Amino acid sequence: MSRLDGTQIRTVLYEGPGSAPIEPAVRSQIMSALLDKGFAVTALQSSTHLTAAERDVVVILGRFADSPPDFNNGFTVRFQPIDGIDAPAIVAAVEQLIGEHGAVKAGAWKPWFPVIDYSRCTNCMQCLSFCLFDVYGVSKDRKIQVRNQDNCKTDCPACSRVCPEVAIMFPKYRHAPINGDQVSSDDMRREAMKVDISALLGGDIYAMLRDRSVKATSRFSKERDDERAIKERQNCLRKLQQDMDIPAEVLASLPSVDEIRAKAQQAAARAQAAMAPETEVQ
Amino acid sequence: MTASTSPLRILYCHCAFARVVPGDVKAAVLDQLSAAAIEFEAVPDLCEMSARRDPRIAALAATPGLRIAACFPRAVRGLFEAAGSPLAEDTSVLNMRTQAAPDVVESLLAETAG
Repeated sequence: MSRLDGTQIRTVLYEGPGSAPIEPAVRSQIMSALLDKGFAVTALQSSTHLTAAERDVVVILGRFADSPPDFNNGFTVRFQPIDGIDAPAIVAAVEQLIGEHGAVKAGAWKPWFPVIDYSRCTNCMQCLSFCLFDVYGVSKDRKIQVRNQDNCKTDCPACSRVCPEVAIMFPKYRHAPINGDQVSSDDMRREAMKVDISALLGGDIYAMLRDRSVKATSRFSKERDDERAIKERQNCLRKLQQDMDIPAEVLASLPSVDEIRAKAQQAAARAQAAMAPETEVQ
Repeated sequence: MTASTSPLRILYCHCAFARVVPGDVKAAVLDQLSAAAIEFEAVPDLCEMSARRDPRIAALAATPGLRIAACFPRAVRGLFEAAGSPLAEDTSVLNMRTQAAPDVVESLLAETAG
């Protein structure tokens, strides 16, 4: 099961019937403390204004009167009185429920993954062919889609660099337009930049990795100079890293050359199948 | 799948797992929303909600006049679309990465008045 499918704990700061009002400063402190720890908070004044997934556990925080308010909305509800408890203690009480309910630990995953701007995407499948980590897939109607978000390598925006239409965003990236800022005409020069990168790397990044690796190996066996071979590989990886802003950890975690070749072939086949008129897509 | 719905009209994203939204802007927006004593939805990370296809995404997207305080509108719209619930045209997305907190809050609260 993906970590994205698990039960989550979410909280409601309730100030409706059956719960006394909370001081604004206290309200802000509690909300901020919970959010910092990765818990969603709904500021609520009516028990009917609540939406939740059945799998989730909703913790109702409030200054309750004798009988708890009615939250019988079809999901698991827990009540947590907050009178006389400070914000860190409230967070601790909520965190305790994670173990009790086998819930996903909030913040365990930094949500880093590509988001496709379909108003720009031409369904060219270059991202599908490029990504080695099976982040992308094809929908039943043969449209490129982000399928395995949690396979994506944190802080790596490389697939957005190969998109010819600047259609791939990483909302947590630092720079425009990959961060979702408007695409300017200058940004469209990335098409040219992509060509430059291609030229720099010999036409295909993975081919380049393979070639360099082969050359380095050959040099290593011929000259028995492993230091030089390693330096050669480091040089080419450094170029990749700088030009595409790929974190060193991601490059270090790349599969073996044979695995890269196999994955690239599989991805290319999937992309071709998706683009072929009468081919069935899996 | 989803229980009772009457989704709230303000969504605040705390972007808790990255430092791309200025901390002082986030804090000021959250403070002022809290001080306004209104109902609103505050989420630690809209990206995570989208990746999880959280049912609240669909409920929020269906809310007329929804106001969102998060980051770049193109990214926010992409996140909702990726979750299978595109935002309506009348949804307003305020960008805490580039806008000042008073401007964000003014737009959020002005739009909810009445």
